[in-house]
Amino acid sequence: MTSLGHTAPPPARREAFDVKRVRGDFPILRRSVGGGPLTYLDNAATSQKPRCVVEAVCRYYEEQSANIHRGVYRLSAEATAGHDMAREKVRDFLNAGATEEIVFVRGTTEAINLVAQSYARPRLRAGDEIVLTVMEHHSNIVPWQLVCQATGARLRVVPIEDDGTLRLDAYEELLGKRTRLVAAVHVSNSLGTINPVKQLVALAHARGIPVLLDGAQAAPHVPIDVQDLGCDFYAVSGHKMFGPTGIGALYGKLALLEEMPPYQGGGDMIRSVRFEKTRYAPPPSRFEAGTPHLAGAAGLAAAIDYLRSVDPQGRAEHEDDLLRYAADALAAVAGVQLIGTATPKVAIVSFVMDGVHPHDVGTVLDQRGICIRTGHHCTQPLMERLGVPATARASFAFYNTREEIDRLVAAVAEAREVFAG
Amino acid sequence: MTDLRDLYQQVILDHNRSPRNFRKVSGANRSAEGSNPICGDVVTVELRLEGDVIRDIGFQGTGCAISQASASLMTEAIKGKPRDEAEALFRAFHGMVTGSAAAAPDRDTLGKLLALGGVRQFPARVKCANLPWHAMHAALRGRAQPVSTEEGA
Repeated sequence: MTSLGHTAPPPARREAFDVKRVRGDFPILRRSVGGGPLTYLDNAATSQKPRCVVEAVCRYYEEQSANIHRGVYRLSAEATAGHDMAREKVRDFLNAGATEEIVFVRGTTEAINLVAQSYARPRLRAGDEIVLTVMEHHSNIVPWQLVCQATGARLRVVPIEDDGTLRLDAYEELLGKRTRLVAAVHVSNSLGTINPVKQLVALAHARGIPVLLDGAQAAPHVPIDVQDLGCDFYAVSGHKMFGPTGIGALYGKLALLEEMPPYQGGGDMIRSVRFEKTRYAPPPSRFEAGTPHLAGAAGLAAAIDYLRSVDPQGRAEHEDDLLRYAADALAAVAGVQLIGTATPKVAIVSFVMDGVHPHDVGTVLDQRGICIRTGHHCTQPLMERLGVPATARASFAFYNTREEIDRLVAAVAEAREVFAG
Repeated sequence: MTDLRDLYQQVILDHNRSPRNFRKVSGANRSAEGSNPICGDVVTVELRLEGDVIRDIGFQGTGCAISQASASLMTEAIKGKPRDEAEALFRAFHGMVTGSAAAAPDRDTLGKLLALGGVRQFPARVKCANLPWHAMHAALRGRAQPVSTEEGA
């Protein structure tokens, strides 16, 4: 993935991507673990935060802390303006057409639950169908199972090839008269596969079916343009794109959001409240009951600013290099098998090793200060499909280096040795 | 830095490679499934209780070296024991791997199970060691529902 971000100003003269300089922006990368350097390769679980994000969160609490949409005083007005600006930055990041289409949520999980409960549930009847893919994260499975239980609708699941490529032919066949929604992952968290989501949307829209895309893993790696994709809903998490935990965004087409009932009730989502009848605020406020995560939104805005400041093409090329380097080096270790080799894919490498369970690989690596994820990665149906109980997964960000991959590969080889014999 | 050999002692590597009593138990009258929903590991423990004595015990399932070796060593330690001794061993083992035992582990009681004592220094792996023991404990109590590492045990 080497395409430029849609709103990124083309640099007048591109300088080579400077990973050393970028690493200096992330305070945590300076720390050591057990006497050695921290090698953080679990970016698909959560990414690290640049100093500017940490400072933005602090600045909110130190200089701006006040509730929004309430006070007549200046501090509240400043907090409100800051929150509005954060929303505008998210709109720009996703290239949504209107700021009102951006709903702040806790993260991708809450965004999907919101759509499931507020959009899908009132519309679904017994026998209706929701189409998912087998590579969905549990957060894009369980919310739909909940609405299916409540409505009698059912899930249809798009299969994959053995290498992790989505079966488009099967997808088209699954789109039927009873399909009411497609909910698909943009980038697989377990395999790294980048799904052809624009095509998924076009095929669904040709049949009048709306589409939700889970963008949690796409946001830190690939440019997102919801208008170009044409999707109806798009969900992201701040913490996976170098922002704080506890903040994320749901993009929804305004016409759809306007038709949807509130997800939660409370303050800030109303026009007027009487015991006889309450009138709801228009989107996005309608879906944002209670005091929002103001500091989180400030941090997310800072993360977006930061991403803008680091040449997107340079980042993408560096990540591509890391992916190739890591995949080749790991595949060369005796007994290692890569899981998920579809193209295109982001810099995520899942693997298993003959005779060594992923957890044991993870523990050996931990002893060398290397953080990877081991287990089912909240994609149990995918693990079942691939016939593995679990995998070890190294997932990279643009601040990772070839030297870190060398450490990873040496430790994987060491794990092999510990268990050989 | 903790030495990996403290965790992966030869006994553990050996039981992981060649687990003992990895089989179904003929005439089993108690069984329980243990699972760790965080990692997806699953182990099923079957046993044949005759009166108050565990005449036979076996396990099946998939998991890491720690859970496999723990299950294997457990079956060896418990086979032929009265149930109250098995329960006492369960408590002693639990105390050893969680580091919650008031006194130092009783070397005579735990025997070969001492090899799993290193788990104490790896908090993320304590549940792996405990998983088969919780399943055995549930099976002894005749519990019908699968047991999970995420219950407050």
